[in-house]
Amino acid sequence: MAKAKFETPELSEFVDVPNIEEGAMSHSTCFVAKPEHQEPLNFPGERVEDWHDKAIEKMGDLLSRYRSFRVYLDSCVKCGSCTDKCHYFLGTNDPKNMPVGRQDLLRKVYRRYFTFAGKYFPKLVGAADLTEEVLDDWYSYFHQCSQCRRCSVFCPYGIDTAEISMAAREILASVGIGQKYCNEIIAKVYKIGNNLGLPGPALANTLEGLEEDVYDEDGVAVKYPLDVKGADILLVTPSADFFAEPHVDGLIGYGKVFHEAGVSWTLSTTASEAANFGMFIGSYENMRRISLRIREAALELGVKRIVFGECGHAWRVAYSFLNTLAGPFDFLDPDYPVPQHICEFTWNEIQQGTLELDKSENDEMTLTFHDSCNVARATRMGDTPGGQFDIPRNVIKAVCNNYHDMEWDTIHERTFCCGGGGGLLTDDLMEIRVKGALPRMTALQNVMNEKGVTHMAAICAICKSQFTKVLPYYGMDMYQIVSVHQLVSNAIVLNRKTPPEEAPGYGEDDGD
Amino acid sequence: MSTVYALLFIVATIVLVLGLARKIVQYAKTPAPLKIPTTPAPVTQAGVVLRMFREVVFFESLFKSTKWTWIFSWMFHMGLFVVLARHVRYFVDPVPLPIALIQPFGIYAGFAMVAGLGGLFLRRIFVDRVRYISAPSDYLMLLLLIFIGFSGLMMKFLVHTDVVMVKQFFGGLFTLSGGELPMDFALIMHLTLVVVLMIILPFSKLLHIPGIFFSPSRNQVDNPREKRHLAPWAKKLEES
Repeated sequence: MAKAKFETPELSEFVDVPNIEEGAMSHSTCFVAKPEHQEPLNFPGERVEDWHDKAIEKMGDLLSRYRSFRVYLDSCVKCGSCTDKCHYFLGTNDPKNMPVGRQDLLRKVYRRYFTFAGKYFPKLVGAADLTEEVLDDWYSYFHQCSQCRRCSVFCPYGIDTAEISMAAREILASVGIGQKYCNEIIAKVYKIGNNLGLPGPALANTLEGLEEDVYDEDGVAVKYPLDVKGADILLVTPSADFFAEPHVDGLIGYGKVFHEAGVSWTLSTTASEAANFGMFIGSYENMRRISLRIREAALELGVKRIVFGECGHAWRVAYSFLNTLAGPFDFLDPDYPVPQHICEFTWNEIQQGTLELDKSENDEMTLTFHDSCNVARATRMGDTPGGQFDIPRNVIKAVCNNYHDMEWDTIHERTFCCGGGGGLLTDDLMEIRVKGALPRMTALQNVMNEKGVTHMAAICAICKSQFTKVLPYYGMDMYQIVSVHQLVSNAIVLNRKTPPEEAPGYGEDDGD
Repeated sequence: MSTVYALLFIVATIVLVLGLARKIVQYAKTPAPLKIPTTPAPVTQAGVVLRMFREVVFFESLFKSTKWTWIFSWMFHMGLFVVLARHVRYFVDPVPLPIALIQPFGIYAGFAMVAGLGGLFLRRIFVDRVRYISAPSDYLMLLLLIFIGFSGLMMKFLVHTDVVMVKQFFGGLFTLSGGELPMDFALIMHLTLVVVLMIILPFSKLLHIPGIFFSPSRNQVDNPREKRHLAPWAKKLEES
């Protein structure tokens, strides 16, 4: 399954809309969750006997709870507007990867069981029974959607395939066919506190290591505090930031910004993870349970503000859903939005002039910026619509001399997914990840050829991991992807010097 | 025969109104538990009204997407809108001034409507992606509308229908006093197809008409940090 050989698409100057090729990706599937991944999430461990009836029942339940689901299933007129908008379709030619093609896998069953026309004239309206084959198609194709919402931008009714995809995954999980990658990770969050299963002592150790690294390099003791009660700011960041490259360079950057801004901050072992895979599997209950850890941590540590690190879907859950899922946050300082994005924080500091920045530190790079889909199409930064595009770019331009955008129809609200979002960042889905990256890789190559861009910055842990893996498939270098706060980290001048007794290791080597 | 048509229109109207009302109530009653506007989105309610207006009147999102589909569907919908407005004169007396003024434009609109529908039909046949997603009902719906438009234009340009008589018929329908319908082929075809359209509307993809107004990605204000949004069923989770 995971070992299937495939060809990386060739890059050319444009991504042509392909002719459809039925079944081109029907072999794509991913590991099914085992009972130990399913049960902690309150899903049945294995496929239930009466899966057919249970699935229909679950669909009815979701129809009554989600207006989006009901309205979107009814409203599609098959105009075709979305058909050439999905990166997975453009990269695979499979018509079931056209947003409407994907939706129809579910819509045909909805029509059959829930609408007059589908009950009595199924052939006429393209309604179909829920069969074993349909179920297999659901599992395959709803795990070829990164829930990036690009289709929803172009739909005249705003139909968002992400909503359909989330509902489909919830139905699948509720009859015992969950996805191993997401559900195993969520189970780990419940058990240990973060996606990577990093326990508290390991985390403390890692952060100490970072402090030493920064001190060795810059001679200033920048702190990376953990579980400090009474700190002003709780930083919640994706756990990949603790050691993956280039993520960790971003975390180093956040710490330097906080240091120079002179604010007290802390990470938390309880909420040592910004990611919330509950969203990917469409489960409100699990998403809520994961979110409540952040509330718990904020109360436990008595902080005044919550700031989120660089992570796309996490920022969606944080910005759009956190207040709903884990609010109200009336115990925090009302002068600041809850939560804030690290880019909002840094941009505020830059505007206030608290940071001294030496742009020339980044002169060996020419940058472009990849708008992460969840940030671009599901959130905002700052006070005005579109701040999610401007603020990260403003930060980059404040710390770099060389910056160029990619083509206009591949950025901002039209940005293309990295190919690994929405719970697809697993090796068993490598083929769809590589092929789905085609439109972004094309735009990147064009801006490299035309403007001499060398590096692409991103503010999403998934994008960073995905590009690190996928860039080499397209003949590019994995180090071309960088964190935005890595650039900040390079440019920031540390003016708040450290009293010697605060330096790491002070007093330990008294024997000399 | 006229009595049959009178009854058909009464039934079709009841089905249309009750069917649509049922769906609208259903949409309105179904909660939207999370804030999911497609961003960048307006940060005020007034902004949302404006966004919805642009979407409904100009088909903003479709315009962003594909110009051919946009031009065909905009021609069809705007044509239909003007044609419908023009039809008001068959139902009310005296005819209001704006309705009287648009009469000449109504003719052009009729052509635009049929041309737009024709374009959409061709696109459905010739673009492989659109052909793939089309069910028989998708073609039939376009044909139904094309024939409604075509039969309407026929009455204007080929075989004139006694419009005064038609108006008396519909006037009679409202007062339940009866009236005779001229038995022209074009008129009978026109009215029959309109009855069919009215009846299938609440059971078909024509639900996009109320649907757009209930679409959370278009009708929500982007203010989740400022204002807590909580669905009733989600509130129950907090209480348990």
